[in-house]
Amino acid sequence: MTPLNDVKLSSLIPGQHGTIHAIHAEHALHQRLNAMGFRIGKKIQLIRRANFNGPLHVRIGATDIILRDIEAQRIQLAA
Amino acid sequence: MKRIALLGMPNTGKSTLFNRLSGASARVGNWPGITVDLMSAKMLIGGHIAELIDLPGIYDLHGFSDDEQVVRHFLSNNHADLAIIVLNSSQIDRQLSLALQIKNLGLPAILLLNMQDEAKRSGISIDIEAMAQQLGMPVRQISAKYGDGCPQALQLAAKQLAEQFNTVLPKDIAKRLEADVQIEQEMQAILKSSVQVPVQLNDATTDNIDKILLHPIFGLPIFFTAMFLLFQFIFTAGKPLQDGMAWLLNLFRTSALEPALASLPSWLNGLLLDGVFNGVSTVAAFVPIIVLFFLVMSMVEDSGYLSRAAFLMDAFMAKIGLDGRGFVMVLMGFGCNVPALMGTRVMRSRPMRLLTMLVIPLSLCSARLQVFLFMIATLFATSQAAYIMFALYMASFFTIFLTAVLFKGQYKSSEPFILELPPYRFPTARQIWLRGWQEVKYFLNRATKFIIFGVVMVWVLTNYPTNVAPASAGTLAGQIGTLFAPILDPIGIDTQLAIALIFGFVAKEIVIGSLAVIYGLQGDALSHQIATNIDWVQGMSFMLFTLIYTPCLSTIATLKTESKSTKFMWLSIVWSLGLAWVVSFVFYQGARALGF
Ligand SMILES: Nc1nc2c(ncn2[C@@H]2O[C@H](COP(=O)(O)OP(=O)(O)OP(=O)(O)O)[C@@H](O)[C@H]2O)c(=O)[nH]1
Ligand SMILES: [Mg+2]
Repeated sequence: MTPLNDVKLSSLIPGQHGTIHAIHAEHALHQRLNAMGFRIGKKIQLIRRANFNGPLHVRIGATDIILRDIEAQRIQLAA
Repeated sequence: MKRIALLGMPNTGKSTLFNRLSGASARVGNWPGITVDLMSAKMLIGGHIAELIDLPGIYDLHGFSDDEQVVRHFLSNNHADLAIIVLNSSQIDRQLSLALQIKNLGLPAILLLNMQDEAKRSGISIDIEAMAQQLGMPVRQISAKYGDGCPQALQLAAKQLAEQFNTVLPKDIAKRLEADVQIEQEMQAILKSSVQVPVQLNDATTDNIDKILLHPIFGLPIFFTAMFLLFQFIFTAGKPLQDGMAWLLNLFRTSALEPALASLPSWLNGLLLDGVFNGVSTVAAFVPIIVLFFLVMSMVEDSGYLSRAAFLMDAFMAKIGLDGRGFVMVLMGFGCNVPALMGTRVMRSRPMRLLTMLVIPLSLCSARLQVFLFMIATLFATSQAAYIMFALYMASFFTIFLTAVLFKGQYKSSEPFILELPPYRFPTARQIWLRGWQEVKYFLNRATKFIIFGVVMVWVLTNYPTNVAPASAGTLAGQIGTLFAPILDPIGIDTQLAIALIFGFVAKEIVIGSLAVIYGLQGDALSHQIATNIDWVQGMSFMLFTLIYTPCLSTIATLKTESKSTKFMWLSIVWSLGLAWVVSFVFYQGARALGF
């Protein structure tokens, strides 16, 4: 069984929620993610995925954001 | 004079507020990153004239993309008396961090929570007093788009200007910009005591529209159909306007201009009537359709659909080394390439930015659209027009993809792609009107500078020396045409068209203006003459060349300043000229070989 804090944002299925547990990104990206609302402890929901391995559409609070799978893999959730 | 700066996250309504307070017409759109340069305007505040500065949106004070640099540079080199911080009320839960960062700079500031209307609709309530107290900064809720709260906000700003003085030197601000301040806890404390967000946000409209427009299977087909229908609408609705305009201009010529200029010496009469007037009026006939085009564009821009287009196209764009934002820039380029090139400032990685800037000039802008509308009406039946136009847009996309694929090896990047998806919005009549008026002004400006210069030059070239027939092989224009014949003959472009192409380098509006001057004709007579001189294969080859080669001098200048590289500018010019020739050659020779 995978430990609870080892779920990545990229592995959610549309409709599922999670709580942000850790963000593995270099400084600049980390800050950008922060300003867009990705903060530890925040609830995040995956709304949909684009076809052909395209971006993910997520929601944090009242902000909707799209990001690529590769960036979503850097965000760890406590599901 | 006091100086007031508008600061805030992208897409929070700074430019909307800027326009409202100063009466200026900065570009507004529902896309983070519409403003990428600073703009200033005078405004009246508390009985004094002050300078109001609109700045690009920033996520934090530490960003290093070129649009964010504009803000850092402004703050560390200019003295601002007051910062007006503009944030989106609905997203206060994350945006408040920026207000705290700005406060730490020590600038006198007030906080305006914008888009009150939307926050109210979703049931978010903010205790302004509590927030102001904890933040140590006056706070007001406003709606910049509809005007609620704006007079009060202005009063507050006037009061702050009179009472508080900025004692921080710009160079100290520069130092503080470097400092990394921890504001997380402070932010949470303020939010906790002053903001109430319902568990379930009440506004489901955007969600419902997204279910359709971002549908996994139908999303893309809907996008392309919508684009096609929009263009169909513009041409169908624009045609009568265009005809009416042409009629009016002709009436003006015959009933006012000809009698008034009759007494002038014949060379001057020729220059003014067959040169300047024919040239400018042939271009001016397209103004209504271009205005209509921009009105539709502004609605698309303001709807929030552009970010959705980025979502739908990103997977494909990634394959050609670009991303969803690049696709949006190409769409913006349909209006004008210059703002689209500047829009790439939001990209942080230089290779990604350069690759995007290399493809944008291939996007079929409204000036080229005029040339095509003219040529298509001249050479093709009305029933075919829509398909030819569609084919040219496809050709534009094709050259973009080809260029990106060929150059992506040189411009490798690992730029993260993270983009906000704003709610759907609809522009107010005032916003649409402002935008249309902007475009007319812009056109008139170009007309007076470039187009008049261009048509006068063409007139001179086609009328000198005077001992040969105008526009014949003996004139200067004819000689230039002969010089280029070895390159242009193989793609079916004759001397007359060659002159138009050469001047089209300055701006594409000049192309049809020059044709009018070269043939010394206007309106229907001009179309007939061109139709007897060239066939559709030549016309199409001419259009493909016009589509692909460098759009205009302004684009070239922008390429140079934005890339800060003369080499890159030349790469773009040489590549587009070469590609234009090859595509036209393949088309022309291919069509001839097939017997057309
Ligand atoms: N509902 C609502 N929409 C608003 C309000 N103010 C601005 N908008 C809309 O928000 C979008 C962004 O407005 P802009 O003024 O371009 O925002 P900006 O902060 O200048 O954006 P950038 O230049 O990209 O940083 C536009 O679609 C505006 O019409 C408001 O008070 N209420
Ligand atoms: Mg703006």
